Amino acid sequence: MAAIVKLLQSLLSSFKDLVPIILVVSFFEIFVLQQAPTDLISIMIGLVFIIFGLSFFVFGLEMGLFPIGGSLAQALACKGSVFWLVLFSFSLGFGTTLAEPALTAVAHQAAQVAAEGGMIKAGEASMDNYAMGLRITVAIAVGLAILLGVVRILQGWPIHYLIIGGYVMVMILTCFAPESIIGIAYDSGGVTTSTITVPLVTALGIGLSSVIKGRNPMLDGFGLIAFASLTPMIFVLIYGMLVF
Amino acid sequence: MEMLTQLIDTFLLTVRDVIPIAVILFGFQLGVLRQPIVNWRKVVLGFFYVIIGLSLFLVGLELALFPIGESMAEQLTSVEFIHPNLGPNEVIVWQDYLWVYVFAAAIGFSTTIAEPSLIAVAIKANEVSAGAIGVQGLRISVAIGVSFGIALGCFRIVVGDPIHYYIMVGYVIVVIQTFYAPKVIIALAYDSGGVTTSTVTVPLVAALGLGLATNVEGRDPLIDGFGLIAFASLFPIISVMAYAQIVDFFNKRQAVRDKYNGS
Repeated sequence: MAAIVKLLQSLLSSFKDLVPIILVVSFFEIFVLQQAPTDLISIMIGLVFIIFGLSFFVFGLEMGLFPIGGSLAQALACKGSVFWLVLFSFSLGFGTTLAEPALTAVAHQAAQVAAEGGMIKAGEASMDNYAMGLRITVAIAVGLAILLGVVRILQGWPIHYLIIGGYVMVMILTCFAPESIIGIAYDSGGVTTSTITVPLVTALGIGLSSVIKGRNPMLDGFGLIAFASLTPMIFVLIYGMLVF
Repeated sequence: MEMLTQLIDTFLLTVRDVIPIAVILFGFQLGVLRQPIVNWRKVVLGFFYVIIGLSLFLVGLELALFPIGESMAEQLTSVEFIHPNLGPNEVIVWQDYLWVYVFAAAIGFSTTIAEPSLIAVAIKANEVSAGAIGVQGLRISVAIGVSFGIALGCFRIVVGDPIHYYIMVGYVIVVIQTFYAPKVIIALAYDSGGVTTSTVTVPLVAALGLGLATNVEGRDPLIDGFGLIAFASLFPIISVMAYAQIVDFFNKRQAVRDKYNGS
């Protein structure tokens, strides 16, 4: 019974996520453009799919992934073995990013555009390869970012030097990267960190800085996400230089 | 029927995507910590729901959000809409795309203000700053950052400037602000860039950008189509730090005044 209530709640909250988009789009369609979007029926069906999909997704995350992930992060932080902690941070970043739906969607679009633009061979196989390559690149980048962020919390390095250093690297690489990868590379930073990654990584950061003496969980716990949105840019730029 | 095969295909691909994280979590739990999984039935069921949810969501994106983004871009840029009486010697300039920027800003603002993870972050920020940073103030400043970012990103697509000039200027502003902003807000401001763009907003905004680059004359989706999300993640960093700086400035002035009145 409690599970059904929870599921209904998560249905409601996914619906709320879509409400602003539905309102803004309908306002523009009705008052500004005064026309209907093409394929209205299939859009409606798609919206229902999104609401149910997002609900099941979040419901399942809260039921399975978050409890086990959160308690693992806490336990490993307490255990005190730096090796396992570092390995875990990398794996967590890598694994959660591969499952991140927004990244899957954007990688798919990037592959389509690249195929239409003639950058890669047209066809399912080469498009899937390219999209998967992008996603694995981003996942490795996020893994390393979380690893770096955890080492930062352990060592107490100030965050802004690392971030500024990262920006400088992005700028230098931009000069050498092919033009057609730059936009996707910059976007990949914002795409990676959403539904799955953020809660688990935040749990890791806050768990870690509350265990270590002299760290303020509020101050040091944040910042992991910032790394995770920076390193993908660097790695995707390099990926573009290698592939194109 | 076609929808069903699409669902099954997506389902199988999703299983492949979720396997790594499952292996990692179970591997660490059983192999490194050597502890049994509490409630393993529930955890397995949770993973099953995640896979079902992800597949439905991804199919829904293809059916709804991508088409919405693309068709909005197409309708808002069509010549009949922006310039019904275009003379033979007239050219469309970037000002004609006004509604594109308004739409982009509206989408950015409304989705951000409703974003649940942002509300959570704002409450935390309020605690860190001992009440100096208001929950509503932070949410509104992030939303302003996102809406300005997406609108500016659309402007960039319309005029066709290289993206890195804009991003570079943004980075320089962020770096300068970092040295002057109150210390407690910095890590949080950096994080707010990544957090704000949710799973629903990202695909829509990506489709909008690609649609614009496809429909605006002289633009190549390959080069100009991406980048809106980058703008949407950069500008909140600036607006959050700016907000903290403004609050800080007024508090200091207030403190000086109090001291003056008190003595």
